[in-house]
Amino acid sequence: MFKSIYNWIDERLDITPLWRDVADHEVPEHVNPAHHFSAFVYCFGGLTFFITVIQILSGMFLTMYYVPDVIHAYASVDYLQHQIPFGKIVRGMHHFGASLVIVMMFLHTLRVFFTGSYKAPREMNWVVGMLIFFIMLGLGFTGYLLPWDNKAYFATKVGVEIAASVPYIGDYIASFLYGGDIVGAQTLTRFFAIHVFFLPGALIAMLAAHFIMIRRQGISGPL
Amino acid sequence: MAHGHKSDEKVVYVGDSRVKKSGRIDGTPPDYTAFPGKSEAFIPNFLLKEWMVGCVVLVGFLVWVMAEAAPLGYPADPTNASFIPMPDWYFLFLYQFLKYPYVSQDYVLLGTIGVPAIMFGALLLAPFLDTGKERRFYRRPIASSLMLLSLAAVTYLTVVSWSHYQDQLEEKGIVPEHHERAEKVREALERGEERPSFLKTDATPALIEADDPAFSIVEAQCISCHAADLGGGAGPSLIGIGNRLSSEEIAEIITHGTEGGMPAFEGMISDEEITQISEWLAKQTQS
Repeated sequence: MFKSIYNWIDERLDITPLWRDVADHEVPEHVNPAHHFSAFVYCFGGLTFFITVIQILSGMFLTMYYVPDVIHAYASVDYLQHQIPFGKIVRGMHHFGASLVIVMMFLHTLRVFFTGSYKAPREMNWVVGMLIFFIMLGLGFTGYLLPWDNKAYFATKVGVEIAASVPYIGDYIASFLYGGDIVGAQTLTRFFAIHVFFLPGALIAMLAAHFIMIRRQGISGPL
Repeated sequence: MAHGHKSDEKVVYVGDSRVKKSGRIDGTPPDYTAFPGKSEAFIPNFLLKEWMVGCVVLVGFLVWVMAEAAPLGYPADPTNASFIPMPDWYFLFLYQFLKYPYVSQDYVLLGTIGVPAIMFGALLLAPFLDTGKERRFYRRPIASSLMLLSLAAVTYLTVVSWSHYQDQLEEKGIVPEHHERAEKVREALERGEERPSFLKTDATPALIEADDPAFSIVEAQCISCHAADLGGGAGPSLIGIGNRLSSEEIAEIITHGTEGGMPAFEGMISDEEITQISEWLAKQTQS
């Protein structure tokens, strides 16, 4: 039954090479913790992706209740955390997951660095990985404002003030992020849009590039 | 799942990757014969193990999340002057770095652009700076020691920033808002009350007889301290002042000032104007 459905699709779209490229490959001994326990350092990339998936899913659920405007933002966060069933868990996963992504990504970066895996022919994958790192930091910065409590407000104010001290373009960066002259209603909607649409879009594109490159080149060989 | 690979085939790869030096990839990737050893098929053997690791991580994460609630402070109040701003922990190193001389104030460009651009730029372009073939970290002393040095610096800056923040809290006797808030909610619930919302719902009450000519004098003299709606700023709120003070008492305060910082307006505005203002303020009662 499944076999015939698969064959029917494969006949028309030739998905076997695609599927093989994604799933049907071998895991070499030197990255398999079953053979060498120290190879657990090769897990951090996968765990980063796992936590990223958690972030995307929990974020999708949060937007069901979150309202990005200055009057309702705080109340909606308060409501979704304390009144909605499992709201505490969903917001907790998103809040603490943000830190966990940074930690895992940091460990993954260190693993790649200290095993020299960024060297030829994998230079481009390292650069894309660093761009993912910066996107993640951007997601952390924009997400921090959204609960609209004092911590969010003042940290964003300080952050944008630091960005505004950049010569020539600093004022443009500040007014782009503020959407005006102060942290206010425009800032919140902007940060929401950046946090929920722009950066995740960029992130997914970069992740796709990251994974296509690793599948095409394979994991780096043993040291 | 391993697919066949003719070992007598002479194929040259780019570096240790599976990309052939010349010619196109035929769709099915070759396997890891370049690294002999106990390789294992990704599906299903290895993926199953990965999922088990994933499950353990997920359970640990859920336990953490259920044990500790995500913090939420009080609603943002732009007029709050005593709040100590703190970024999320992974920005602390940068935040602390910008407090040092030669990277702040006159030299802030060096702090915001100069040093971070060099550091992050070097990280971004690491493969083009460290171009040697050697991959083992102990055979790459420059790259490895620079990375270890940066790691130590980032850790140090983060720890200093955090302990400085803790010291500040202790010195000023401040409890972080999210702790205070959680405590208040817990106490309210224990008393059997409704969960408090902490949102300011009461708008500033309207002034009485706001079209009185005295208000124009008030606007000129008073609002810089008492706010445009007289709701209070550097000086106290004047809303409902008529409940507490008579017009004579108000006139006395305006004329001679107070020890709390209110300046004496004697001579700055006429006695007639003082009388006008105090009579108008005395009408500002609230039920």
